[in-house]
Amino acid sequence: MNLVAGALARFAAWSRHPWSKSVLFVLAMAPFACWLLAAFFERLGANPAQALLHASGVWTLRLLCLLLALTPWRMLTRNPALARFRRMLGLFVYFYAALHMLCYGVFDMSGELAEMFKDAFKRPFILVGWIAFALLSLLASTSSKRAVLLLGGHNWKRLHQLVYGVAVLSILHFFWMRAGKNDWVDVAWYGAILSVLLGWRLWYRFK
Amino acid sequence: MLIQTHAQGFTHQRSSDVTPQSFYQARRQLIQHMASGVAGAALASWASRVALAQPSSTLAQKAVLDRVKSSVEGAMSLEKLTEYKFVTSYNNFYEFGTDKSDPARLAQSLSLSPWSVEVEGLVKKPGRWAFEDLLKLHPMEERIYRLRCVEGWSMVIPWVGYSLSALIKRVEPQGSAKYVEFVSLADPKVMPGLASRVLDWPYVEGLRLDEALHPLTLLAFGMYGEVLPKQNGAPLRLVVPWKYGFKSGKSLAKIRFTERQPVTAWSRVAPSEYGFYSNVNPNVDHPRWSQASERRIGEDGLFSKKRKTLIFNGYEPQVGQLYAGMDLKKYY
Repeated sequence: MNLVAGALARFAAWSRHPWSKSVLFVLAMAPFACWLLAAFFERLGANPAQALLHASGVWTLRLLCLLLALTPWRMLTRNPALARFRRMLGLFVYFYAALHMLCYGVFDMSGELAEMFKDAFKRPFILVGWIAFALLSLLASTSSKRAVLLLGGHNWKRLHQLVYGVAVLSILHFFWMRAGKNDWVDVAWYGAILSVLLGWRLWYRFK
Repeated sequence: MLIQTHAQGFTHQRSSDVTPQSFYQARRQLIQHMASGVAGAALASWASRVALAQPSSTLAQKAVLDRVKSSVEGAMSLEKLTEYKFVTSYNNFYEFGTDKSDPARLAQSLSLSPWSVEVEGLVKKPGRWAFEDLLKLHPMEERIYRLRCVEGWSMVIPWVGYSLSALIKRVEPQGSAKYVEFVSLADPKVMPGLASRVLDWPYVEGLRLDEALHPLTLLAFGMYGEVLPKQNGAPLRLVVPWKYGFKSGKSLAKIRFTERQPVTAWSRVAPSEYGFYSNVNPNVDHPRWSQASERRIGEDGLFSKKRKTLIFNGYEPQVGQLYAGMDLKKYY
């Protein structure tokens, strides 16, 4: 118990350090850097396109989990410093989602927009992915301080609660993609984590 | 014209037209020598990247199988072989896990001897075949087949084996036998994937009797001139080149002759996605993705357009008549 408390205290102290945001930036870039290196040295395995498509999707989901964990963590540990990371992490979610879309568009669809359009209406999980990405684009484009002023704090906050919808759509997208192969393990993990994070918000609101 | 083309009526008729293994291996060695500095520094920096992609242990030094080039029509594709390292590291063999890299890691604990295959059902001569007897049943042939996975990727693999028909004729199917069922080994002690409920184990696949008797339907014991690696379905497996890869059962334990169409493992969990026939067909899409094109592993780069998938994986001249008059959209 002491060990956990010690680690939490050290983390809280670190989160207030002036460099912590830069360190987090570098950490969040690490997966992307790894892919670039792996691509250059031909270490992406037998099916590089599939590997990148999968990895970018998974990292979008991971960062989304981390992002949605920030607020509960901040409240539970009474550490307001964590709020500083929200925008940056949110934009990283968008960055990896955009890479995921790029992999899909370029590697899978050979950049043919007409094909992508057809694909979205043929395969529901693709459509769900598109909707989630459209919502994320809306949030990313209104992430600046100017946008907060322009919309007014209250409206801006309500708009950005759309991220909960993005979380649900992401899990649906992942679930649907795996459905045919009856392979639920990964989907269940991410689904459970996101349920806890969204559930905590419901509980907090109505307690 | 110096370069003869198919349009001029030129076909590669002799098996010796295919580059022998020793030649391309020698080329790889040359590239590696260059990379290690035998050639000039400028060349070396270029070659080191090529050499990285083709490590020196291209072949795993397994037991070599004596074989002759197959004379079965369509059995010797002239396409570039997929690199051995890709064929042995990118596998769907769910008994050892659902990740493509799982089988190469986890299949090594599979024990191959003793191994036997039970032949049962509607045959005049049922019985248990020792693996050694199956090896000797018929002369081994080398066959270079395209392999198209239902997931939209493909490889070109030189298998070693003989037509399944050789075994079928020996066990003499009864007149009532219409289908052949292939059951893979399911041993929870060595197959960690059996703990997951992705499929109902054991893995079951099936063919119509006339499909099973087709000369292209191969009982494979090896690939790249050597015995099969465990992750590729050792010690023996089926290879049906005109169907999606999952139709070719690995590590066979049982072959059963039946009157009724077998319920195959994949059609049991997702009947709308994986039909009994599962012939390669660019015109019948999988419910969740298009089957019109494919990516050739190790060859089609990240930014190259995917290649068109051919009906019956390009084996239509050989197998098309098996499905004459059938609605391939209904019998997918």
